[in-house]
Amino acid sequence: MNRSLLPLGELKEGEKGIIRRLSQGDLSLKLLEMGFLPGESVTIEKIAPLGDPISVKVGSYLLSLRKEEANVVMVQQQ
Amino acid sequence: MKKSLKIALIGNPNSGKSSLFNVLTGLRQKVGNFAGVTVDKKTGYLPLSRDIAAEIIDLPGTYSLYPRRIDEYITFDVLLNKENPSYPDLLIIVADASNLKRNLLFCSQIIDLKIPTVVALNMIDVARKNGLAIDVSKLSQELGVKVIPINAREAKGITELKRAIQTAVPVPRHDFVDVRSLAPEMMERVKTISEAKSDYAAFQIACHYINVYCLNPEQKKRIREVLTQFQFAAAKSQGEEIVKRYEKINPILAAATSQDTSKQQSIETTSNIDRWLLHPIWGYAIFLLIFFIVFQAIFSWAEVPMNAIDAAFGWMQKQLQLHLPQGFITSLLTEGLLPGIGGIVIFIPQIMLLFGFISILEDTGYMTRVSFLMDRLMSKVGMSGKSTLPLVSGMACAVPAIMGTRGIENWKDRIITIMVTPLMSCSARLPVYTLLIGLMVPDEKVFGIMNLKGLTMLGLYVLGWIMAFMAALVMKWLIKAKEKSYYIMELPIYRLPRWKNVGITMIEKAKVFVVDAGKIIIAISIVLWLLASFGPANSLKQIDEKYLKIESAGPGIPDEVKLQKQSEKLEASYAGRIGKFIEPVIRPLGFDWKIGIALITSFAAREVFVGTMATIYSVGGDQKSNFEGIRERMKTEQNPDTGERIYSTATAVSLMLFFAFAMQCMSTLAVVRRETKSWKWPLIQLAYMTGLAYLVSLATFQLFG
Repeated sequence: MNRSLLPLGELKEGEKGIIRRLSQGDLSLKLLEMGFLPGESVTIEKIAPLGDPISVKVGSYLLSLRKEEANVVMVQQQ
Repeated sequence: MKKSLKIALIGNPNSGKSSLFNVLTGLRQKVGNFAGVTVDKKTGYLPLSRDIAAEIIDLPGTYSLYPRRIDEYITFDVLLNKENPSYPDLLIIVADASNLKRNLLFCSQIIDLKIPTVVALNMIDVARKNGLAIDVSKLSQELGVKVIPINAREAKGITELKRAIQTAVPVPRHDFVDVRSLAPEMMERVKTISEAKSDYAAFQIACHYINVYCLNPEQKKRIREVLTQFQFAAAKSQGEEIVKRYEKINPILAAATSQDTSKQQSIETTSNIDRWLLHPIWGYAIFLLIFFIVFQAIFSWAEVPMNAIDAAFGWMQKQLQLHLPQGFITSLLTEGLLPGIGGIVIFIPQIMLLFGFISILEDTGYMTRVSFLMDRLMSKVGMSGKSTLPLVSGMACAVPAIMGTRGIENWKDRIITIMVTPLMSCSARLPVYTLLIGLMVPDEKVFGIMNLKGLTMLGLYVLGWIMAFMAALVMKWLIKAKEKSYYIMELPIYRLPRWKNVGITMIEKAKVFVVDAGKIIIAISIVLWLLASFGPANSLKQIDEKYLKIESAGPGIPDEVKLQKQSEKLEASYAGRIGKFIEPVIRPLGFDWKIGIALITSFAAREVFVGTMATIYSVGGDQKSNFEGIRERMKTEQNPDTGERIYSTATAVSLMLFFAFAMQCMSTLAVVRRETKSWKWPLIQLAYMTGLAYLVSLATFQLFG
């Protein structure tokens, strides 16, 4: 089970992952605040018809963020 | 004497904070300013008992204490600076029970500030429906503060909450997490320098000292020295702090809550709805339909009450003119003040309708979906998905539209939206366009079906959109961002709107407009009235005397004479003089001094242009015959020097384009002043739009004239 980490923004609609780490200073703080915690599972719920932003399910709620922001979150795909 | 208690409401966005604020204070609210900054301060009054009354401050919603935007710095300062006039005696944290983990993060930060605190655990009903059982007393015990379960939407638990805040609320007993251990010695030093009340306050100050209002330069300098000495890495420590908090929150949640997984469903309902509302085709179709209804409402439904208001003010003006003695005061009252007030009241239906829709769209959770659908497109031109509704509303009227930019969190996105919204073709431009299109566009069909006049009108609307996008693109490069901005936001679950909130928002927005923008509109109306009713020396008196002879010659003065007199008076007034004075400047655009006068008077509102042209050309009658009369006169009007027709097609096109781009609307300027809290932006807007209009008209007339 030693699969490499992927940026969250590269997952496709409906795909799941486990958050492993956040990779950038202030933005990762904001993401932590919003609930992107190492160990949590995330699901890509929807990608906007124009390709960006995306909507993801973290814990029990939905968040919308731009792909650029999502790429700070490194996940292990499930 | 009543004891007055200062209470601050604080919580995550979407936690139901505003609902609770409305339940507690009802219509006893007012909107003011936090000293020195451009953030609205909402306060309300709550009588608690015979001896205690509370002033409740609704602090801007935020996800954590870490300040990033101006309004978050306000919250930060109110909570950390004892000298701040809004520093609360008591805090009510509104926490969303259906979203407990993230809300507890924020709660735990606030608890560590050591201010007397009560947690209002909101949306307990939603949590229960999802099968989440919360042991409130256990939670309260673990957090070390009182926790009161409430349902703000249905005003449940409010009595208990009021009772809890009346009894003396203690300062939270223990630190939720130990931040001191992150850097003990450094924290001690910062705490001493900043006189912070708690370890956590000192930690926050260490992280954000640069932009904190409550420190003097000497303190900042000393803090900087301490931080360098200990090589304090703020972002890293904050990350550690958040992880520490979650590490403690997880066991608390495990102990105080239990989840019945078979009932966990509300997210699924929302996901199912999203499947339609965010669909590549249906999503946009529904979006267009909803926005069309909103546009229709402010464009045509609002017309009914607006016409009634217009008629009522017209009637009042007539009555006053009939019954009051002629003179300066009467004239000031009936021609300056009354139309000024009418000009304010007339906006109320549009403002209330738009905000009715906005709060329904926000309340149900749909607005964030609009953002989701439109963000890619709008962010390309420096705006945000949330700029879409203001821009669409701008096609009816820029005044409510600009007030509607309040929902745009990012400062730069919001300023750009405010700056370009008046370029959208609003309904006040319609009479001007109708007049000019009638003058220059032949009544022909194109491709057999489309009417050329209608097509021209459509073209002007499209032009508004194009120019708004182009201007936004330029400003994206020119305006510097003030703050770090992230798009990331919650997509709340779909809910029914709370009608009481909708009602309160509508009333509050109308009130804000009348009070804040109203002053400016009245002042400008009076200036415009002075310019149009008075002239240098006794030039106007001479006209009065001249007509006195005709009027005294017998009863039944023909209408033409009356109209002729008004026309001559306007020409002799200061407005007339200015019109003539600016003629050399507007001549290259193809305009004469008569248009010059109309440009000055129509600064009140664009449609005034038609009325002024009617006065100048002494055309009377109702609006329809007005249009035809003015058109007839405009067609025959000649340049006295050259004998050429003044209203060539080139002039008419040039004039139309001028109205398409120029900032001919004092109410918009007043509302931009109100929304940006400074004269800087309305003045820049006036300058760039007038400049743009001038250049476009100049090019048009010079190329085709």
